[in-house]
Parts: sequence; structure tokens; C-alpha cells
Amino acid sequence: MKAALTPSEVQDPPAQKAARHRRGVREWATFLAFLAPNVLLILAFIYYPLASNIYYSMLDWRLGAASADFVGLKNYLTLFTSPTGLDMWRVTLIFTISTVVISMAIGLLLALVLNRNIPGRTFARTAVFSPYVLSGVGVGMVWNFIFDPQIGLLSHVFAFFGANSPDWYLDKNLALVMVIVVYIWKNLGYCAVVYLAGLQSIPKDLLEAAAIDHAGPVRRFFTISFPLLGPTTFFLIITTILSSMQAFDILRIMTPTGHGTNTIVFELFLQGFGVYQRAGYSAAISVVLFLALFIITTVQMRFVERKVHYA
Amino acid sequence: MVNVSLREVSLSYPGTERPAVADVDLEVADSEFLVLVGPSGCGKSTTLRMLAGLEFPTSGSILFDGADVTDVSPTTRDVAMVFQSYALYPHMSVAENMEFSLKNTGVAKDRRRELVAEAAAMLELEDLLGRKPKALSGGQRQRVAMGRAIVRRPQVFLMDEPLSNLDAKLRVQTRAQISALQRKLGVTTVYVTHDQTEAMTMGDRVVVMNEGRIEQAGTPRELYNSPATLFVAAFIGSPTMNLIPATRGADGTAVGAGVSVSLPRDLPESGEDIVLGIRPEDLAVSPGEGTSELELEISLVEELGSDTFVYGTTPEQDPLKLSEKPVVARLSKGGVPRRGERMSVHIDPAQVRVFDARTERLLV
Repeated sequence: MKAALTPSEVQDPPAQKAARHRRGVREWATFLAFLAPNVLLILAFIYYPLASNIYYSMLDWRLGAASADFVGLKNYLTLFTSPTGLDMWRVTLIFTISTVVISMAIGLLLALVLNRNIPGRTFARTAVFSPYVLSGVGVGMVWNFIFDPQIGLLSHVFAFFGANSPDWYLDKNLALVMVIVVYIWKNLGYCAVVYLAGLQSIPKDLLEAAAIDHAGPVRRFFTISFPLLGPTTFFLIITTILSSMQAFDILRIMTPTGHGTNTIVFELFLQGFGVYQRAGYSAAISVVLFLALFIITTVQMRFVERKVHYA
Repeated sequence: MVNVSLREVSLSYPGTERPAVADVDLEVADSEFLVLVGPSGCGKSTTLRMLAGLEFPTSGSILFDGADVTDVSPTTRDVAMVFQSYALYPHMSVAENMEFSLKNTGVAKDRRRELVAEAAAMLELEDLLGRKPKALSGGQRQRVAMGRAIVRRPQVFLMDEPLSNLDAKLRVQTRAQISALQRKLGVTTVYVTHDQTEAMTMGDRVVVMNEGRIEQAGTPRELYNSPATLFVAAFIGSPTMNLIPATRGADGTAVGAGVSVSLPRDLPESGEDIVLGIRPEDLAVSPGEGTSELELEISLVEELGSDTFVYGTTPEQDPLKLSEKPVVARLSKGGVPRRGERMSVHIDPAQVRVFDARTERLLV
């Protein structure tokens, strides 16, 4: 609220100007007093580390070493051209695509079942969602016992059929399949619950109208339900990509050295804090990961609202 | 087109004591426009949904031209329905909405376009065919919903309060359009509404439902002139019939609050307690031969231009008691009384309907 000018100020234009200036300074001071603590904290704990990280990504620096060489964009070139870097991208791509696609597909099927009036529906919904809230470390440890080729539950299943359990941990491809399976198991409930919410938000009238319009259950799903789940599907694609690209705990617990399971975040850890201690290269990975996640989040924020059909 | 029969149809939902629909027996003639009317929860929409195959009766049967369709799924039951919400597919254009059912039955693309264009012309939707439902006004959406129904040329049209989301003026216009369209197409139509004016103006026949049962079925004129029950008398008409509790005397008169009326000689046997039903327009300002006088203290005057509705209480009534409904008189000519004034209205015994207070059924 603006303070009223005194009668003398009203009569004297230079005094008016000076009074306005004083008021402006006071308002700025108040504004800064409120804003500064938060801005300083954000600068110190978010933007300074971010800027430092970008700087470290241009260094050839072993973690904890007293000196480092400035190498410009070399770490980035290595990341996109070296066999290790390319392998990381291959693993990340396979892991992300398979976990996203399979989690969403099975999640949708589960949601369709859970949306029906089946006995024990509440229990089934809870059971489907519960793995999502478990700790990734705990889940990884339990599944380690299941996959163990000697004593694992799965080895008994193979033995029952007269086969030997494959060595999930030694074969790079099988190790990747193993962590994908566990990751999907843990995150399936999230997709199912979000799809269930999406299905329940579809007005019942539309499905009834479609039934009266001669559309059978399968046709109703593909022509009405699935298109109307568009916003939900888009939201899930974005959030599960973000989640899969940041997967770490299960991978680290089940395959501690990243044998065939070195997705981007896991590789970042292994390079920076594992045996290599290549902090500069690890910083470059984190900058690229940051940019990728930033772009995906921006796309989501820009388009997800536009995709909503309901008028 | 077909005639539709409901034979002792009942539907009870699990965990409820009262059936949603109880023993409904109804015949809808070929090409007839039948309106189901009643208050919320009376079972009218449930009956319509059973006709559509969206609900299945717990007992009884539904027949289309004599063929039992009770358990036939909505997908194969050849009916079209207009929903209260219109239920337009939001991701499809108007044209796609209209041709959806034709596509599902394998109608060729050229024929589909032809049928959609024909229906669109009938409903003046030609310029809207490329639009999505969210880009349409309420009235346009309603027309698209109608278009989607008529493009199929179904055996039966079912309409569930299709006008309830429109404003008053548009509702009157659309009411006339739907009636005209139904007559033109000659499709057997069952229409659900809670609005008795809509029911009376649109239906060839009107069925009044209450608590899952049919109270009365008849032409609008029959329902208005001879309501079979107190419920129908109180539901049909605006304002509704004046219902004055009275006692039947041995001398052939009925004595109620502030009035004494000669009862018809052919009045069937009943208990002592009766209810006199008098339409507001049957209360005359001037006395006539054999009329009875009723004195009112005017509590409200509603001036509608062509008519004036005067609400008053008899000296025996307590105007502050909500349970005691005021007597309403419709005055079309003469001086208009003012609130607080006293006036006398005159009752012609020939216009009085007499109900048994115990059974709530019409005696004469």
C-alpha cells in the first residue's frame, strides 16, 4: 500500500520524487530481507554444487586428489564415443525401455482387473501396490535369495523341471534381465494404481453409450478407454522414464560391481566412487543425466495438461 | 419399429430393502412416445436402463415385438439412448461420434457419411461435424447426442432426462424439436424426466412412477383430470391440485377446513376420512349454482401476466405451519386481490375429485 504524501511534498515536486525514492528503497530492503535467506540457501546448496559439477566435469580428476588437469569436453567425448560409455547408453536404453514398457503394459492389465467388481478387490489392490513402498535395498536382498543359482527359490523351480539354474550373476545379459525383472516387480504397483485412477475417472456413461452403440468389451477398451487414458499414459511414460533413469538401489545390491547392469546412475557411482575414482568423468555423466531429466520434465510440464480430453 | 412390453419387471439391488423397480407392467405401442415421470429415486431411470440392457431385472421379462430381450446385452439390443450427460466421446469429432455405432456394425464408409450427413441436416449440425464436443455449447451437444441416436435408425429410442442441462428457454424449444422429430421418424420412444411439464407436453402417454411402482399410466389429459392417486394429484399440474382433508358426512356432504361440499351421489363406499381435490382453475371468484364458498386470507399473489395465482389459507389453517399447504386459486380475469386481504372462492362440486384418505386412491 502506498503511503500518502504530506502536504508539503504535494506542493514541492523534487520533494515528491525524493519521497518516492525513499519509499522504493524501503520496499526493496523489505523484499530482500524476506528473500535473501532462501536465495542464499538455494545458491549455496543447489546452484553452487551444480556449477561446481559442471566445472569438475571438465577436469581429469581422481576423487580426493590434490591436483587435476583441465581437459575441456574430453570427458563428454569419452562418454559418447568410448566402448564403456556406449555400453552404458546401451544398458540404460534397454533397462529404461523394458522397465517402462513392461511395467506400464502389465500395470494397465492389472488395473483393468482391479477395476472390476471382483471378490477381495481391496486386498488385491493393496497387494499389487505394496512392493512399491518397500525399500529398494530390502527388495534387492530378498530377490538375491530368489535368484541365487545354488540356494535360491528359482533354482528349486528349475530343478523341479530337471534343469539347472542359469547363473544370473555371471552372465551379463542375464544379470540385466534379472534386475529388469526385479525393478518391474517393485514398480508395477505404481503403474497399476495410476492406471486404476485413470480408468475410474472415465465417466461410466461413455462406456455405457459405447456398449449401446454396439461396441463389445474389447472394442470399448481400444476405442474409448485407451484413448481416454491418453493423459494417464503420457504421465506414466514421463514419470517411469525419470524413475528408471535414476534406478540405483536394486542394481547396486544385486550386482555390486555393475556386471552388465551399469545404467547411467549406476555408472556415475561406479566411475566416481567405485574402483576407478574418476570424479571428473562421473561429473560429466551427472551433467548429461541432469540435462536429460530436465528435458523430459519440461516436456511433461508443457504437454501433459494439453492432453486432457475432458471438457 | 417395435412395441415394447415390460411384464412384472422388478429390480432389487443387493443390500437394499425396497426394490428399485417393483412389478412394473407396461406396454409401449409401436411409434408411441411414452414418458416416465416421477420424483428422484422413483425408479424411472432404472426402468429405462433395463430397457437399454444396462441393468438386468431380478424378475420379470422385457419383450420387443414379443421377442424376449430380458437378458440380451446392450451391445446387441437394437436401442439408442440419449444420456442426461449426453455421453459424447470427448476424443472424437461430432461426425465420429455420430458414425461410431455404424462403424461398429460394419456399415461401409460411404454409407456412413451419407447417414451422418442426413442426420446432421435434420438437426442443423452440418457446420459442427469437425468439432470436438468440448467446443460445443450445451444445446449443440444435446443435438449431437440426438444425432448419434437417430443416425442408427434403432428399434427403440431411450432418453434419460436429455433436457435437464439446458436453460429454460432452450428446453422449451428443444422439447418441441424432439417431439416433432419423434413423430417424423416414428420410432417407439421411452423418455424419462422428473419435470411434469415436460412429461405432459411431450408424451402420447405418461407413466407416473413412485417408489419403484407405477402410480398411473394414461394420456396427459387423463392424468390431469382423473388422477388415480393422491400422489399423482399432487405431482401433476403446476401449481398442483388443492388437496383438502375432509370428513364424509351422512347427509352426502364433506366437511373440510373451512368448506362444506356436496358429494356426488354415486360416490363409492369409503371410510369417513376423505380428501377433496380441486384444481386451482376450478376455484371460481363468482358463485354459481350449487357452489360452496371457501374464504381465504391471501398470503401470496403470483402475477404471471396471463394468469394470477393466489395463495391463501382458510381461517382453520395455521399459515405458519409448513405442513398445512395453502389453497391455490388461478384467476384469469377480474381484480387481483392483495396480500393480507380476504377473498371468497367458490367450489363447483362437479369439479371436485374425492380421494379415500386411507387408501389414497381416487373415489370419484
